[in-house]
Amino acid sequence: MRSDLLGYVVRRILHSIPLVFGVSVIGFGIMHLAPGGPLSVYTLNGSITAADIERLRVSLGLDQPLHVQYFGWVKSMLEGSWGYTLFGGRPVLDVILERLPATILLMGTSTALAVLIGTLLGVLGAVRRYSIFDYLATTGAMLALSFPTFWFGLMAIYIFAIELRWLPSGGMYDFGEEGNVLNLLQHLILPLLVLTLVLVASWSRYARSSFLEVIQQDYVRTARSKGLSGSRVLWRHAFPNAVIPLIALLGVQLPTLFSGALVAETIFSWPGMGRLFVDALSMKEYSVLMGTVMFTALLVILGNLIADIAIALIDPRVKLS
Amino acid sequence: MTDAAIATRPNNRSYASLTLRRFLKHRMGVLGAVVVVLLCFSALFAQFLAPHDPLLINTSQRFLPLFASWEFPLGTDDLGRDTLSRLLFGGQVSLMVGVVAMLATMVTGTLVGLAAGYYGGVVDNLLMRLVDTLLCFPQVFLLLVIAAFVPPTILSISLIIGLTSWMEVSRIVRAQVSTIKEMDYVQASRGYGASNWRIMLVELMPNILAPVLVAATLKVATAVLMETYISFLGYGVQPPMASWGNMLTNAQGYFDTVPFLAILPGILITLTVMGFNFLGDGLRDAFDARLKMDL
Repeated sequence: MRSDLLGYVVRRILHSIPLVFGVSVIGFGIMHLAPGGPLSVYTLNGSITAADIERLRVSLGLDQPLHVQYFGWVKSMLEGSWGYTLFGGRPVLDVILERLPATILLMGTSTALAVLIGTLLGVLGAVRRYSIFDYLATTGAMLALSFPTFWFGLMAIYIFAIELRWLPSGGMYDFGEEGNVLNLLQHLILPLLVLTLVLVASWSRYARSSFLEVIQQDYVRTARSKGLSGSRVLWRHAFPNAVIPLIALLGVQLPTLFSGALVAETIFSWPGMGRLFVDALSMKEYSVLMGTVMFTALLVILGNLIADIAIALIDPRVKLS
Repeated sequence: MTDAAIATRPNNRSYASLTLRRFLKHRMGVLGAVVVVLLCFSALFAQFLAPHDPLLINTSQRFLPLFASWEFPLGTDDLGRDTLSRLLFGGQVSLMVGVVAMLATMVTGTLVGLAAGYYGGVVDNLLMRLVDTLLCFPQVFLLLVIAAFVPPTILSISLIIGLTSWMEVSRIVRAQVSTIKEMDYVQASRGYGASNWRIMLVELMPNILAPVLVAATLKVATAVLMETYISFLGYGVQPPMASWGNMLTNAQGYFDTVPFLAILPGILITLTVMGFNFLGDGLRDAFDARLKMDL
């Protein structure tokens, strides 16, 4: 381990702080400057009078100046409640954390699958460049990236749930089967398929170009001219260097992954964070919306931080200053 | 023809014609261009091509199947509206949103990138930290939050999509500008007393046009996708106006009985997005001879 690594990690963490601040200001600003405001949902309800709304405004602190509201909100985040839900009055963070495992299960398994399949496709495509396989793989990836994810999900439901009746069309467990792993896996397959397809497509494209760049370098040619076998050169010499930029990609792609999970969860009624977000959206429950948006943004910052540190650990060429 | 004219002829092959020749060799790119042209044509002339009023309800002709009659070649939906006409007008909406959103993206992204790259220093730092911050938000989340609070019109949807997707463009432009601005010809122009605006728009812009054009094409594709996402979730183009996204939402209710109502708009969305993606890929390869097929 290099001695300057600790300094790098600390500096990298410090660099994230303005980002966290910026994210909180923008998230807060969007919610509060939106026309209609957080209480606009009540104006549609005939049984709620203007006086009631005014009372709500005061009790929720929405009559305070914006900066006071902002600091109050930051304080609630630091204290761990992240505000309270408008309906039910539960701490927002509790509601989010309750949904987190389902999202992590979906995103984690699909990422693992996509990395495995995508890297394999990318390597094969790069090694057999311009072959029929390469052509089919790149065209197929482009096709998969052009599918609207939700439409692909609907088609999957139509084929596998409605026509063939092989798999359930949504949810996480059948009624009365909560906790049954086999039942969970059955429900996982379709959302997993939809999310993984998109990820494999983009991952294989990046893997292909990363490997193409590496296998054209001099040291790879040297290794080959030494008489080493093709597969040894590929996996021992080229692979480690080609994989490093892909680690950074894992962090960078996190927002896209969240967006994909939101769509998959919505179509398959998967009880994760994306579903929570969409439900809160239709109720205009702004404390939950703000909480979810902040939570995902913070996870993205954390993901990028971890990816950068991982690369610094693995790759001795990274300058740590 | 004089000797001099013959001698200079090979040099007449301009950058543009060389680029065009390279593009025409890119099969998928040409295919994409053909698809895009056809779609634009059908959207522009939807009024004349559509056999019926897309909003005309006819309850005696609900759920007519595909290819059943000449009058309704692609059948009808749950309210007896002609599917073909709705698809044509829906395409008009999708492409309109795609193009307006792309323009908003490109204008914002290019201006921010130009300012950051050209002025450098504090301006650069502030703008790029703003870009970093905005990129932390998953775009669909940001898009839906804003879309849910803003009354949906074609213009507002386009602007929301545009204003949540300009960040990558500004990074591309900034990277290009910060290398080009040090070149001799820019320095010379400054020596002549050209204003900052003149340098940015007349000297720098033409030289970053290629990557901007490629990004613009690809941005139409993502904008079309984004419009269908928000319309599908009910925050985009509102019924009865047809968009491919809300046609899908509507079809979801009759999925087990009339699946083609959901299949058709999906195919058209895929075709459109793919067309712009292939076109963008082809343009990128054509502009940059080195890049060839990689990525």
